[in-house]
Amino acid sequence: MSFTVPDDRRYLESHEWVSTDDGSARVGITDFAQDELGDVVFVELPDEGDAVTAGEAFGVVESIKAVSDIYAPVSGTVTAVNEALFDEPELVNEDPFGEGWMLTIDLPDEDDLDDLLSAEAYRDQIA
Amino acid sequence: MPLRPSPLSAAHERADASRIDFGGWEMPVEFDSIRTEHAAVREHAGKFDVSHMGQVTVSGSDAEQLTQRLTTNDVSALSPGEAQYAGITDADGILLDDTVVYRLPANAADDYLFVPNAGHDGEMTDRWISHRDEWGLAATVTNRTREYAMVAVQGPDAPELLSTATTVDPSTLGRFEVTSGPVAGVESLVARTGYTGEAGFEILCPWDDAEQVWSSLDCQPCGLGARDTLRLEMGYLLSGQEFHPTEEPRTPYEADIDWTVTLDTEFVGRDALAAIEREGVSERLVGLELLDRGVPRNGYEVTEPDGTPIGHITSGTMSPTLGVPIALAYLPTDYAEPDSEVEVVIRDEPKDARTRATPFIDR
Repeated sequence: MSFTVPDDRRYLESHEWVSTDDGSARVGITDFAQDELGDVVFVELPDEGDAVTAGEAFGVVESIKAVSDIYAPVSGTVTAVNEALFDEPELVNEDPFGEGWMLTIDLPDEDDLDDLLSAEAYRDQIA
Repeated sequence: MPLRPSPLSAAHERADASRIDFGGWEMPVEFDSIRTEHAAVREHAGKFDVSHMGQVTVSGSDAEQLTQRLTTNDVSALSPGEAQYAGITDADGILLDDTVVYRLPANAADDYLFVPNAGHDGEMTDRWISHRDEWGLAATVTNRTREYAMVAVQGPDAPELLSTATTVDPSTLGRFEVTSGPVAGVESLVARTGYTGEAGFEILCPWDDAEQVWSSLDCQPCGLGARDTLRLEMGYLLSGQEFHPTEEPRTPYEADIDWTVTLDTEFVGRDALAAIEREGVSERLVGLELLDRGVPRNGYEVTEPDGTPIGHITSGTMSPTLGVPIALAYLPTDYAEPDSEVEVVIRDEPKDARTRATPFIDR
């Protein structure tokens, strides 16, 4: 089975992705992660304005069979939460890199991204 | 210890099913998605490899008496071709396992067959043999778990589906009845039993012929994930989870399977259970529905609305049929009535829940 790994973002070994746009970072979990979890039924996310720290858990995603922490790829303040996931957690399965996004974080320091995996490196990890 | 393979392991590998260790067996947990597999069984039909279930045969002049004295239900009530659900209890009435006891059809080679849960076959065979010897009974007890494959086909379309693969007329088989006949040309035992709440059958066939039977059933393959959500919607017990001799020691009365206990028969645990029946239990297994968002899971604490601990969850999931989080929990009998308000503590946060009658779905 092959999984989608878009080139336009960076990855954590724990299967989160981050894309950046003009000082803002958007975060979600990867196609590989959603497939491993199976049917996602619940997502717990921080509130807007909360601080998240790179490498630390900021939320939880639960499928029917498993509970998994979600880790922040970068540090910053949460500027938006994908509230659609509260009613439609299955969006994480259906479109993990698009409508299944979880948070946006303001990105004071783009250097944070340097520690993350490139798409190529992440592809190697899940191969 | 290496995992025990299913006779269908090669087929599951070809189907790219994800697999897990279940009771010492490597079994498929998911073929497509739990939701897809669950819906197939509720709406049409699905097939399950349940070869991890044990098979122990008991034959000879005292086979009935031996099994009667080691199970909570009334084995003497069974005619050939009938089966019953029962508990297996210790002298204190604590459930060691639950099982289905089959009195095999008259033309079968053995008299009785019972089906312990995954990983319990050795222990239960030993239990039958040691009590046979202690009581001086004449019975041959054989662990046939490595000889039998077991395939379940479940769902409203299961009778029609099975009828295309066998000369046995599934519609003549009543609930908890068992007959013998060829399935896909393989001589098998066919029982109208299951663990989903749907119409359905469990087929016992020789280990080496499992693929022939499995591939003849043209429907959604389902893993243990869907098997768990299906049984949980029905409020059925899972050995090791709703009861376990050391981690969750419970009597059949606490586990809410009173109907499997026939106190006018003689069996190990009978006297202890008679006393408990007279005095009543203080805790009972009840259904819960979470009203807040979240997924209740094994081990989570249940409290009164003011935070006082009163029990814990044994099994929980997001019900695929109802779209709400459901669970089973041992709670004080005051909470046995539906619509009692409780809290379930999930990651230190109390979540509103209410008690519900089981089964959670109408079946």
